[in-house]
Amino acid sequence: MSNVLIVGELKNGELKKISKEITSAGRKIADALGGKVTALLIGSGVEKFAGDLGAVGADSVVTVNAGDFNAETWANLVAGVIKDKNPSVVLLPHTSQGKDYSPRVAVKAGAGIVADVVGLSVDGGKVVAKKPIYSGKAYGNFKVTSPVAIFTVRPNSQEVVQKAGGGAVEAASPAAGDAKVKIVSSDLSGGNKVQLAEASIIVSGGRGIKGPENWPVLQGLADVLGAALGASRAAVDAGWIPHSHQVGQTGKTVSPNCYIACGISGAIQHLAGMGSSKYIVAINKDGDAPIFKVATYGVVGDLFEVVPALTDEFKKVLG
Amino acid sequence: MKIIVLVKQVPDTETNIKVGDKSINETGIKWIISPYDEFAIEEGLRLREKNGGEVIAVSLGPDRVQESLRQAYAMGADRAVQIKVDNYVPFDTTLTSELIANFAKSENADVIIGGRQSIDSDSSQVVVQVAEALGIAHIAFAVSLEISGTAVKSTKEVEGGTQVVETSLPVAITAQKGLNEPRYPNLKGLMAAKKKPIETKTPADLGNPTSKIEVVGLEPPPPRIPGRKLEAADAKGFAEQLVKALREEAKVI
Ligand SMILES: Cc1cc2nc3c(=O)[nH]c(=O)nc-3n(C[C@H](O)[C@H](O)[C@H](O)COP(=O)(O)OP(=O)(O)OC[C@H]3O[C@@H](n4cnc5c(N)ncnc54)[C@H](O)[C@@H]3O)c2cc1C
Repeated sequence: MSNVLIVGELKNGELKKISKEITSAGRKIADALGGKVTALLIGSGVEKFAGDLGAVGADSVVTVNAGDFNAETWANLVAGVIKDKNPSVVLLPHTSQGKDYSPRVAVKAGAGIVADVVGLSVDGGKVVAKKPIYSGKAYGNFKVTSPVAIFTVRPNSQEVVQKAGGGAVEAASPAAGDAKVKIVSSDLSGGNKVQLAEASIIVSGGRGIKGPENWPVLQGLADVLGAALGASRAAVDAGWIPHSHQVGQTGKTVSPNCYIACGISGAIQHLAGMGSSKYIVAINKDGDAPIFKVATYGVVGDLFEVVPALTDEFKKVLG
Repeated sequence: MKIIVLVKQVPDTETNIKVGDKSINETGIKWIISPYDEFAIEEGLRLREKNGGEVIAVSLGPDRVQESLRQAYAMGADRAVQIKVDNYVPFDTTLTSELIANFAKSENADVIIGGRQSIDSDSSQVVVQVAEALGIAHIAFAVSLEISGTAVKSTKEVEGGTQVVETSLPVAITAQKGLNEPRYPNLKGLMAAKKKPIETKTPADLGNPTSKIEVVGLEPPPPRIPGRKLEAADAKGFAEQLVKALREEAKVI
């Protein structure tokens, strides 16, 4: 039997979209391998999301009651469930949290791991994982040869497909163990805004926005679209916006459905972070800017005229 | 304090990548230290300057990685160790971390620092796997680090903000941008680095771990959806066309 375990993720007590994405991806794999999909949710009051995951393909849901995220205890909990359920494939989110605890899960389970996967298929009874490598300038296909195979999956890379599973819910209480790292305090003041790395639409600004006083021009568009605000390194280095907004090789890697680059030239280090976006809109005064080489829709024009007009137009059609 | 810094050699971002069957074609590639590992080296040097001890730079790979180790020497590392793997697969994080963990164990290291990810594989795995293999604490995405005695205090980036965390040595750290500004090696350092010894270890010296990954193949990136420049008389015209394209053609908004 080749069963699949997916580990969901929550934020502020809500189920994240990535949880559904990997459940659907897990369903596809399980169907090809002839196995079942178990979804694991860790947190308090997580039972209420069992139906959501059942609707996108989970045969059953295991819940573990726990407090705030801590990489060490989370790794123990997930490894405990792996030991108990003995899946051959485990899918985890490639999010900040995922990157923090998935390496520990892999070692505890004695499993090979392929991280930041964007494609999953099955060949000869084994999962083949596809991931961008060399800043997106190539793609690699990998199999895991250990009995348990772990993959961390990039947000927005998998389709959510409605497909009813079984829906049985089971509470488990694996040992959390002690954490060697204590969390003293958290500053999550940026926490309620749309998260860059998992956003499905991003409005991003570069040196072309001229100064920090002009973010409202882009934020206006972002608000209408429910989009996250991104930035090039030039804008970050100029001190116009914190580094947490930076997209690129030394910033975040993003794969939104739509990336709107405003006043960004499209340097290779920037493309390294956003080149896998599905649709790219470039708004730039310079018709020869490299960003137009990757843009699906290019607008050669002044962002200070085009972005407000675009905001108005979207307001009209989106109500 | 014994500090191990991880130095991964990767193709320069601007280098043209030519895809071979199971690896890239290395002719003409310019190799650099993965940018986040430069933050790791710098942090290691600062810890030594404050706490004493030694900084050991470690790189896995064929003999070309010695060039990156010499650069670490030029920045100020005390020792340099090549874990000599001729057919090194840069995506095989479990094998890499087992080798490094076994090396770190043999050195009884207090601190292990690497980058938050390497820019060829973007996996964010190795340092935390090393921590798990050694049964020690880890702090991922560190943007500040203070160690005094055995007490460790750090600010780390988390989703939506930062967290202050505390632990005690030994610890493994992944360096995020913001942790420091890496120093440049000076000419004198570069000259001296040429003569310094590079120790080599083989996988056989380090427990001979086996790979858990099979490379099925590499391929060029998928073709992008063909793009076009929009034509319009004014901003309003562009806006109307864009909204139409994104809603009716792309169907993303
Ligand atoms: C090791 C390393 C790592 C790096 N990492 C990153 C990274 O993570 N992310 C990143 O982004 N960069 C990174 N860079 C920097 C990168 O090389 C570029 O310098 C940077 O991306 C340029 O930012 P930009 O496009 O905003 O600015 P510029 O290149 O200055 O481009 C500004 C653009 O705005 C346009 N413009 C100006 N005014 C207007 C207007 N009114 N309307 C419309 N368009 C206008 C101009 O035509 C121009 O194309 C890195 C560099 C190095 C060396």
